Amino acid sequence: MSIEIKTTSIEPLRRTFDHIAEKLGGDKPASRYQEAVWGLQPALNFHYRPTWDQSYALYDQRRTAIAMRDFDDLIDPRQYYYGTWTMQRGRQQDSQERNFEFVEKRDLLASLDATWRDKITHFVLPIRHVAWAANTNNAYICAYGYGAPVTSAAGMHMMDELGVAQYLSRTGLMLGDNSTALLDSAKLAWMQSDMWQPLRALVETSMVTQDWFELFVLQNLLIDGMVHPLVFERFDARIIAHGGAVFSMLSEFMVDWYAESSRWVDAVLKIAAAESSANRERLESWISHWLPQVGAALTPLAEFALDGDGVAVVAELDGELRARIGRLALQV
Amino acid sequence: MADKVFIAFQNNADAQPLINAILSDNPAAVLSESPGMVKIDCPARLVVRRASIEAQLGRDFDLQEIHLNLISIGGNIDEDDDQFVLSWQS
Repeated sequence: MSIEIKTTSIEPLRRTFDHIAEKLGGDKPASRYQEAVWGLQPALNFHYRPTWDQSYALYDQRRTAIAMRDFDDLIDPRQYYYGTWTMQRGRQQDSQERNFEFVEKRDLLASLDATWRDKITHFVLPIRHVAWAANTNNAYICAYGYGAPVTSAAGMHMMDELGVAQYLSRTGLMLGDNSTALLDSAKLAWMQSDMWQPLRALVETSMVTQDWFELFVLQNLLIDGMVHPLVFERFDARIIAHGGAVFSMLSEFMVDWYAESSRWVDAVLKIAAAESSANRERLESWISHWLPQVGAALTPLAEFALDGDGVAVVAELDGELRARIGRLALQV
Repeated sequence: MADKVFIAFQNNADAQPLINAILSDNPAAVLSESPGMVKIDCPARLVVRRASIEAQLGRDFDLQEIHLNLISIGGNIDEDDDQFVLSWQS
């Protein structure tokens, strides 16, 4: 008996879904990211207005002053959907977990002297309240935003911010020998200390900002764009010079995450600004309104953390952020 | 025969960004699809650039990752961290 082996080639009838092909401009192989986010935003059949706000539909493009022909254009360059995002964060958590274990096993925090221990308590730990606000703000963007590419990424960003807050809390627990004493005193500083009140006021204002895109600019570009470099770069460099390299081990995730998530924030703003001059002007006016306030709110904290170099460092950070904003073809 | 180089990948979602990057970096490259496989032929020289793949993929990429989906290649290899070049050296 002879066996004849032959191959049959089956041409797929279609490479992707119709709505993706429409967006791609042809039936081409689409990436999983594109299939995961495009066309996901519910848009039809919401003929009843929400009882809690009759002036808008449940999902309404008019909730922001930014107008897009298609909100599906606001794609994430990291191409995160649930699968890729969880795998990436899982890897990062494994490595961060090892750092925590290493520090704990060798009792590395014991080598910190009292000055720097105090600075971590009163300058770094209260940042967890800022990160928690960022978590809530991104939940708002996710809930009231329009278009799955930006809202789903905001949902992931929301959980990332919570992760930042949790790592800071853990640092506080480790530093306080598993008691909440340091976290309590950090909370007290956040609520009562004079140097924290400008930032706390700004953060609370951000939490009642109605326009979700304005909130995106304020929270993800401006507040994070100043707070993260201040705490995890400038303060970090300072504490390392004083024998506190252990702090870098405990905040490694924040540094990597900030660099990575900035790519998303920049891309969204760049696409929205390129859409129309009205969008660009709107973004520029938001940025010029909020940016000086963020700098002013951080100055007393930077003064405390960096022993009087705060004003100069905040001015530097402001310059760096303006340069970053300039690269997005926005002028402020 | 010896004037053409080729590279063949499994035809799956992971290889798609590689294929797109190679096709955009090598205008002379010709894509042919077989069941489960894509083969890219190119006259003289074919370059696989890490930067282009990273742009397609939206994340850092180690060029050695191409071996996960690589089926076969034809040509002499010249590789470093940034690019993987196929050509026939005389």
